Amino acid sequence: MSKKGKVKITHPERCKGCEICVMYCPTDILVVKKGQITITDIDNCVGCYNCELSCPDFVLEVVENNER
Amino acid sequence: MGYKIDEYLRQDKLPHIWCPGCGHGTIMGNLIRGIDKAKIDPDKTVVVSGIGCSGRASGYMNFDTLHTTHGRAIAFATGIKLANPELNVIVITGDGDGTAIGGNHLIHGARRNIDLTVVLMNNHIYGMTSGQFSPMTPTGDNATTAPYGNIDQNFDLADLTKASGASFIARGTAYNTRQLIEIFAEGLLHTGFSFIEAISQCPVNYGRRNGLSSAVDMLKCQRDSSVNIRKWDSLSKEEKKGKFPTGVLYKEDKREYTEMYQEIIDSVQEEAK
Amino acid sequence: MKDKIKLLQGDEAVVEGAIAAGARFFAGYPITPASEIAEGLAEKLPIYGGKFIQMEDELASMACVIGASLSGLKSITATSGPGFSLKQENLGLGMMIEVPCVVVNVQRVGPSTGLPTSPSQGDVMQAKWGTHGDHPVIALAPSSVKETYELTVNAFNFAERFRTPVILLLDEIVGHMREKVVLPDEEDIEIWNRKKPEVGPENFNPYEETDGLVPPMPNYGEGYRYHTTGLFHDRTGFPRGTNEDAKNLMDRLMAKIEGNMDIISLYEEDIRDDDEIIVLAYGSTMRSAINAINQAREAGIKAGWIKLKTIWPFPVDYIKEVGRRAKALIIPELNRGQIIKEVRENVFGNAEVHGINKYDGTLIKPEEILNMIQEVK
Repeated sequence: MSKKGKVKITHPERCKGCEICVMYCPTDILVVKKGQITITDIDNCVGCYNCELSCPDFVLEVVENNER
Repeated sequence: MGYKIDEYLRQDKLPHIWCPGCGHGTIMGNLIRGIDKAKIDPDKTVVVSGIGCSGRASGYMNFDTLHTTHGRAIAFATGIKLANPELNVIVITGDGDGTAIGGNHLIHGARRNIDLTVVLMNNHIYGMTSGQFSPMTPTGDNATTAPYGNIDQNFDLADLTKASGASFIARGTAYNTRQLIEIFAEGLLHTGFSFIEAISQCPVNYGRRNGLSSAVDMLKCQRDSSVNIRKWDSLSKEEKKGKFPTGVLYKEDKREYTEMYQEIIDSVQEEAK
Repeated sequence: MKDKIKLLQGDEAVVEGAIAAGARFFAGYPITPASEIAEGLAEKLPIYGGKFIQMEDELASMACVIGASLSGLKSITATSGPGFSLKQENLGLGMMIEVPCVVVNVQRVGPSTGLPTSPSQGDVMQAKWGTHGDHPVIALAPSSVKETYELTVNAFNFAERFRTPVILLLDEIVGHMREKVVLPDEEDIEIWNRKKPEVGPENFNPYEETDGLVPPMPNYGEGYRYHTTGLFHDRTGFPRGTNEDAKNLMDRLMAKIEGNMDIISLYEEDIRDDDEIIVLAYGSTMRSAINAINQAREAGIKAGWIKLKTIWPFPVDYIKEVGRRAKALIIPELNRGQIIKEVRENVFGNAEVHGINKYDGTLIKPEEILNMIQEVK
């Protein structure tokens, strides 16, 4: 059984802190701290892809078997 | 669900130049996902853009890409496509680039029904030059060149392109990313002039002057004012007020320009034999 | 042989020359006195598998031609003064991003709508300075129908060889005049095609300096997936904001033209060792000039002529040398004096320089030139 994907911040250097992903996240695990996106609780990530599809800056990806 | 976008993105050119919260990055990303979904050959795909914020998209997309002059992208694309109809030619333009200085090329490209996919990123403002009103700035809103409120009226771009002869017309928003991907993929696979208006947000040069200072607020506004075309017709006139339909708004099978020209070549050459 | 002898007007000779040079794409907009070029190519191009499109305006025509050339077809557009003005921004992009194409301007009297059916040489300086900023320019000006055919072929060859738009400046007389022309056999026509890259996409830089400063150019769709922009760019094709990169690009764009004057600069002369008065002309004006010189020589006057076929780049060294041996230069032009300024600048006062200028839509007659020769002798 393939594990469900979870969000990963693949390119933190591209984040401009716009908080668009924060708005979309259904489980509120994304928070912008000091202008940079952070993940508060990866276990609660449901892998919905909302953040990946909405991020204007190609910062986040939902990765299968995410090892953080 | 996962789209392979790495191959289609010039990763070494990122971060891009667009401002924090700009919708153009989201729209470009989902255009790329639409390309992936449509499975068109990236080696046979050309992206042509004009001038302004939207114009910069071509530089980040890993295809043959051409950043042209202000408003003329569709005219350049017409030459590229007619010279080699095998190519998938995508035009990226903006509301200033595509409806003001380039408005003539938009209606004539549509009239010819030449097989281009035109993506118009509509952020309702000239962002690159810091906030002058465009033909798509809503009447009454503020801009640096409309300090007392904009008195210009807007185009309905779906009506405009339909009247001009486009055979695929769609509208999406940076907010509804999944719908955007579907629209882009369908538009790319349509043979004929495909016009896709993608509503974008410019928090810095439009929102800030009009009571919407964050990208999140502007996206919520897109969410609240857009109605899927499947529901649109059931709304009353009153319910439609301040709202716009999204989705594939019009589609027809119609003879395409480069195919018709090839028929001329074939018949003339047959006669010459 | 028989079908190679034709009675053609200059505009039709552009059509024949373009087809012979391998042109397979035309985009244009109707305008007097250049419409015959569009009409001719609309008929001929599909026979050769080429494409013709009538665009919505002049700006679109210029853009369309550049796009078609990027897809790999030799491309041409044709216009007259008002349209040439409208094409300038996109013409500048063509120079900046180094796209081969040919732009024909059959000159009529301007400014504005001017005299649409009357001849002029008023766009000579516009051909050089029409688009904004410094830029490289090749402009050719034929004086007969035969020369129009030949210079059209030259224009495509220069465009392909030096990867740049080339301007072909006819005037209304040359464009509409009919003459007998013997077209050369196909195998006798020298054809140049753009250099294609010898490396694969992974090692390709679209604006890499190579021999002769002209970068190789792949067609769209060949897998190179490269970027092109009108912004100042480096060898990768991507915009780079450094002042050094900007200077390097401009220097290379100019050097690839100016460093190849021996190939690009075309002129003819008939100057005897003891000739003191030299008439320098181009385009239709040349025809009156030669007639006037012949009459002058019959009258025992020591006079000769120079015919410029390449106007830009201007043959600076040649004119300097002519200025040192001549007593006087006479420059007849259908404008208020455009090329004469280039001549004066390069003659440095060594010889007298006189202009004969008409800008009322009539041509310069041989007697007018002959009178000037007699005045200055």
